[in-house]
Amino acid sequence: MIGIVDYGSGNVFSLMSALKVLGHDAKLVTSAAEIRNVSKIILPGVGAFPSAMEKLFEKDLFEAVIETIENRHALGICVGMQIMLSTGEEFVTTKGLDVIPGKVTKLSIDDSDLPKRKLPHIGWAPVNFTPQPGQAHAMTMGIKAGDEFYFAHSFHATPDNQNDIIMTANYGHQFAAVVARGTIFGAQFHPEKSGEVGLRFLDNFCNLS
Amino acid sequence: MTSAANMMTPVRLIPRLDIKGPNLIKGIQLEGLRIIGDPSKYAQKYYQDGADELIYYDSVASLYERNNLFDIVEKTAAHIFVPLTVGGGIRSVDDVQKMLSVGADKISINTAAIKNKKLITDIAERFGSQCCVIEIQAKKASFGHWEAFIDNGREHSGFDAIKWAEEATSLGAGEVLVTSIDQEGTGKNYDRELLETMASRIDVPIIASGGAGSKEDIVKTAMINGIDACSFARIIHYDKATVPEIRQACIGAGVNVRRL
Repeated sequence: MIGIVDYGSGNVFSLMSALKVLGHDAKLVTSAAEIRNVSKIILPGVGAFPSAMEKLFEKDLFEAVIETIENRHALGICVGMQIMLSTGEEFVTTKGLDVIPGKVTKLSIDDSDLPKRKLPHIGWAPVNFTPQPGQAHAMTMGIKAGDEFYFAHSFHATPDNQNDIIMTANYGHQFAAVVARGTIFGAQFHPEKSGEVGLRFLDNFCNLS
Repeated sequence: MTSAANMMTPVRLIPRLDIKGPNLIKGIQLEGLRIIGDPSKYAQKYYQDGADELIYYDSVASLYERNNLFDIVEKTAAHIFVPLTVGGGIRSVDDVQKMLSVGADKISINTAAIKNKKLITDIAERFGSQCCVIEIQAKKASFGHWEAFIDNGREHSGFDAIKWAEEATSLGAGEVLVTSIDQEGTGKNYDRELLETMASRIDVPIIASGGAGSKEDIVKTAMINGIDACSFARIIHYDKATVPEIRQACIGAGVNVRRL
């Protein structure tokens, strides 16, 4: 059973629908006990880093999430991925879950770019692979370099260890599209909103053993 | 194309579905309606045809004082895996929460935001700016000026459309959906001057809406610097062109769009 953590941040309906369409058993989990009882978790997220962390604390889910992440497969999406890092710089410097060492910083815009590049970065962008072995490969099955995913963000994750990045995309500069460290995965894009390739990515995660 | 242009976000192609009750409809300049068919069937077709996003608009919400699209959103969001924006009659943070809980990703607001600017900030703070689209229904007022209209293009607001768009984005709206009231439903092309003026003043992504009658209209509008997405209705509802044909026309003209 896959648990989608519903902590008040993120489009859980579309995620549930996606997993249903893919034929995977999934349910929304809202308590620490429920989180500890599922085989894998997905941490969705929209909005800002500090607000996502606040919500996890408010709902008393912080410890259960960390425990699960450290022992079972976990996938963070968008802000859900960003809070896996050590700190975020959106609005105020905030501590994250710190399971992937690194920071979350604002996408940097070069004012001399023409046409003018805008924030938030909203839309489809092609991804590329970095050479990574093992489980990282299982996450990319059926996806090829250049496949496009849907992004909606102004901040990006910068892991301390370059090996923690398995897919990249570009917006003025290269940034991490997918991070992976042990059993922990994070996608900056929204796989539940990226059409067929997004569904494939979610399927890969659900199939990890 | 320079390498910088290559790295720009592809222009998004977004079918717009105006919905009245159980029906997909199409209007001429926001008056006079024609029933096209079942909105969920059309939405599913456009998704399968490769639409980058979809917009649902409740065109009678202002008459009923609320948005009635929950059922259709829930039904289609279960099978459509690209972003869905819902607008028409969204009046409160609660309305937004309800819509997001049945599968919408973004909401677009107009009338309620003009009447209560704080709503924009409230929505952006609770759900994020990228969730909050401000729709500007613009009607030509004088040379180089447009007025912002409310209640689905029926009522004057007295506000300058461009200035209002600037204010709305400073309050937290993450995208601007620019609809030309003069061109909407005519199929006589977008209001290019409106779009160019908006693009020169607004720093967030802009979605062009109102007037697309041919693939060329969409291609030329997609080429305007600062226009990030093109929304269209009659051209696909009336089968004048399909989403894949529009995409091909953009690619052929050198416009950066999703390749699929």
